[in-house]
Formats: sequence, C-alpha cells, structure tokens
Amino acid sequence: MIIMQGKPFEKILEMLKDVGKVFITGCSLCATFCMAGGEQQIIEMKERLENEGKEVTGFVVFEASCNRLQVRSALKKKKEELGKAQAVLCMACGDGAQTVAGVLEDIPVYPANDTLFIGEVERIGHFSEMCRACGECELGWTAGICPVTRCAKGLLNGPCGGSRDGKCELDRENECAWVLIYDRLKKMGRLENIKEIRAPKDYSRAYNPRKIVLARRKEG
Amino acid sequence: MGLREKLESGGFALTAEMAPPKGVNTSRFRECARGVKGRVDAVNVTDFQSAVVRISSLGAAIILLEEGIEPVMQLTGRDRNRIAIQGELLAAGALGIKNILALTGDHPVFGDNKQAKPVFELDSVNILQVATHLMEGKDLAGNPLDGAPDFYLGASVTPLFDPLELQVLKMEKKIEAGAKFFQTQAVYDIEVLKRFREKTAHLDAKVLVGVIPLKSPGMANYMNKNVPGIFVPEVVIERLRNSEDKVKEGLKIAAEFIMQAKEEKLCDGVHIMAIGAEENVPVLLDMCGF
Repeated sequence: MIIMQGKPFEKILEMLKDVGKVFITGCSLCATFCMAGGEQQIIEMKERLENEGKEVTGFVVFEASCNRLQVRSALKKKKEELGKAQAVLCMACGDGAQTVAGVLEDIPVYPANDTLFIGEVERIGHFSEMCRACGECELGWTAGICPVTRCAKGLLNGPCGGSRDGKCELDRENECAWVLIYDRLKKMGRLENIKEIRAPKDYSRAYNPRKIVLARRKEG
Repeated sequence: MGLREKLESGGFALTAEMAPPKGVNTSRFRECARGVKGRVDAVNVTDFQSAVVRISSLGAAIILLEEGIEPVMQLTGRDRNRIAIQGELLAAGALGIKNILALTGDHPVFGDNKQAKPVFELDSVNILQVATHLMEGKDLAGNPLDGAPDFYLGASVTPLFDPLELQVLKMEKKIEAGAKFFQTQAVYDIEVLKRFREKTAHLDAKVLVGVIPLKSPGMANYMNKNVPGIFVPEVVIERLRNSEDKVKEGLKIAAEFIMQAKEEKLCDGVHIMAIGAEENVPVLLDMCGF
C-alpha cells in the first residue's frame, strides 16, 4: 500500500490562497486506509475550508485515483461542479494527484497529502516501510527481510558498525535488518546466503520514470 | 619501512588517526602530523568522520605526503557513487597514496549537515572489491585503465559486535574482497580482544587494535551510551574517577592496554585515535617506549 499523510492545513491554505472555489477528490484505496483521503476526511476538509471562507463546489471519491480511465469517467459525471471550481484539491497519493492533473489539464490540482512510502499495515493506523521499489528484489536470499529498505543504509553485505543490541544506529526503536536476516537465516540453516559477496545494486533498473507495457495475451 | 612492509614482515605496526581540518587552516593538522613523524608507520586520515564537513581524506592524505608522512586514506560509501569512488581511488593511486581503508560511513543524520542525501551505493565490501578491480587494471564495469594503482587495502571491524559471528562473516567477506589489514573499533577490555582473536584465528589478515585514550569518566560514559561497539568497563572508569590528572591517567590506561596486547600477541599493531587530542599521541608513544 502507498502510505501518505495529510499536509499541515496551513500549507494547504497557502497553496489555495488565491482560490475561492475548490473541488475535492479522494480515493477509496490507500488514501482511505491512511485516513488521508476517504469520504470522512473529505467532509472534514470541506468544513475546514468553508470555515476559511472557501466554497467547496463538490467532491468525488475515486475507486482508484491511480487509474486514469476510472478517474476520467468519474470526473465526467462531475462536470458541472468541476466547472465552477478554480482548483482541485486532491486527497490521494502523489500518483493519484498526477492522474487527476493529467485528466484535468486546464485546472490546477493541488496535493493535500505528502506521499511517504510503500508500506505494510501492521494494524489500523500503524504503517511501516517495507519496499523501496528498487527494481530487483533481494528477498529470495535474505529470508524475506528487505535490507534495501529496512537497513537505513540499504547495505547488501551485512550490518554496519552502528548496529547495537540488534537495533539500528539511526533509531534505536528500529530493528537492525541485518541482525534479523542473520537470525532468520541461522534458524533455517542457510547462513551461507550472507557469506557470498553481493555486488553493488544495478541502479540502471531503477532509473525513473519507469514504464511497463504488458504484452497482450493472444486470444484463442 | 612502510605500513605494508612492517605488517607483512611480522612487525608491530603503529598508526595514528587524524581528522582533516574543518577549514583551510592546516597548521594544527600539519603540526600534529609532524609530532608523530618517524614514530608511527602511517597516519590515518578520516573521511568526513561522523558525516561532518571537513577537508576530504584525499586532500588531507596529500598534505601528509607533502610532510613526508605515509597516509592511510579512509574512503566511505556514504557520499559517493561508484564513479566518484573509483575516481577518488585513481587519484589516490596517481598521487602515491598506497593505503586505503574502506568504510561504509556514518549516516548523515549524525553529522553537521543532516539534510544531506546519503549515497551508500557501495558498502565497505564493495569499495574493497572496486579497489581490487582497479589494481587489476579494470574499472568496476570492466573497462581497461591506463595504468593500474597499487594499494594496500584495509577495513574496519568491531570486536564487541553482537552477534560476533555476523561481524566475523563480514570480516571474511572483506578479506575475500581484498582487505589485508583491519583497524578495530576501540577496545578497552583485554578479554574482548582475546575472544575476538579466538574467533578470527582462522583469518589471514593483520589486525591493528583501536585505542582511544580516555580524557574523563564522562567521555567513557558518553561512549558507552552513544558509540556502538565501544564499551569501557567500570574498573577503567573508576580508575579515571579516582585520578588527579584524568588525561594523563587515560593515556596510562591506553599505554598499559597497548603493552599487554603486544606482549600477549593479541594483535599485529595498534591504531591510536586521539579524536581532537592528537597532540597527546607522541606522549602515549613515549609512555609505551615506542
């Protein structure tokens, strides 16, 4: 899931300082789970903006704000409310905001959220970063623990000298990914996995923007 | 005799660590370096230690060469990608710097420019690997070089790491990648050193034990609390507490430790890190009779 967090309200007001009428979009997926762009947060945002003298011309919660076709068709149905607005406030992730901006070419789209990371929902409201989308998954030899993401330095050849009592030097609340990997591999009898020298990652796999076109399977 | 020759001939090597100046005034740096000239086998220059902006290790190593002192240039992966690291190594090689100590590097968050983007594209093992490639006349991508450098490669190790087996695994990888000598994190407990030597007896590499002379009980407590891999036992802190001249007592403790480690053949040399009190290094050398 994409983990995001609402920007401070003052920052949102700053972006909207010349805007009187605004249309709000949200997303039923990650933004709803992060409590940053579901229907409830949109209604709260609407009230706060109205208290600041803004007019909210309408809102929509997309099924998936990252799906261009869905966004386009949902916005078509809101043509009238959109027509009155001077700007759109997008309460989704950075991808969702760009999808909306891509569809609504002639009206400014402002992000209400800061997009933080790809993460796991440990329980409601508790998210932790697990994947950095590095382009080449290392989990196969690391006992399912990602050192690229969960080691603060993204090390591939073992822990740095900063690890202490199994915790990371950056934040003593965080487990040292390499101690976790070591413990789990040892349990599995596969310590040889970390004896092999790992070459530096191939960052050409992570040059951005990345794009994939899946080949269509032939019918019949 | 250089560091390599000293270690490879079975001698007891001495190195002292010096932080490059923060600013362009090099007079104190030069003065401290001259103070140990001819008394240590090499002077180790740190590479933006603790992620603090300073003269680069390459620059400081060149200053040492100017002073006629053999440098050990530290090189970290924190600030440079593979292109920069290879360029730095080639520059070092071209300028006559022989000893390279490969380190991963402290995270920028501990430094004085916390907003910096960390690189960490190559870790310590990869830096050693790259340096080995260069010595074989090729860059990391396999492209040929016009003239290959000749390095004596080193790395660091933390004898107090828990689990120690994990640290030994990494040490083995560093040796495989080209490390010939190690400088350890500071050790204060001879038992820790003994245990470490037992666990690494099978390894073919020279070990210089790290020594940081203590300046006060507060410094010891601070390191115990904040510096990973360093532990000062209570008996040592107590000695400092009860002493009149704490700096002198700290040097005495360090000297005793060095002599014991040497006598019991627990290391191939020592690496003195005076962190900010480099002028005390000659005093410590005097105390040891070096």
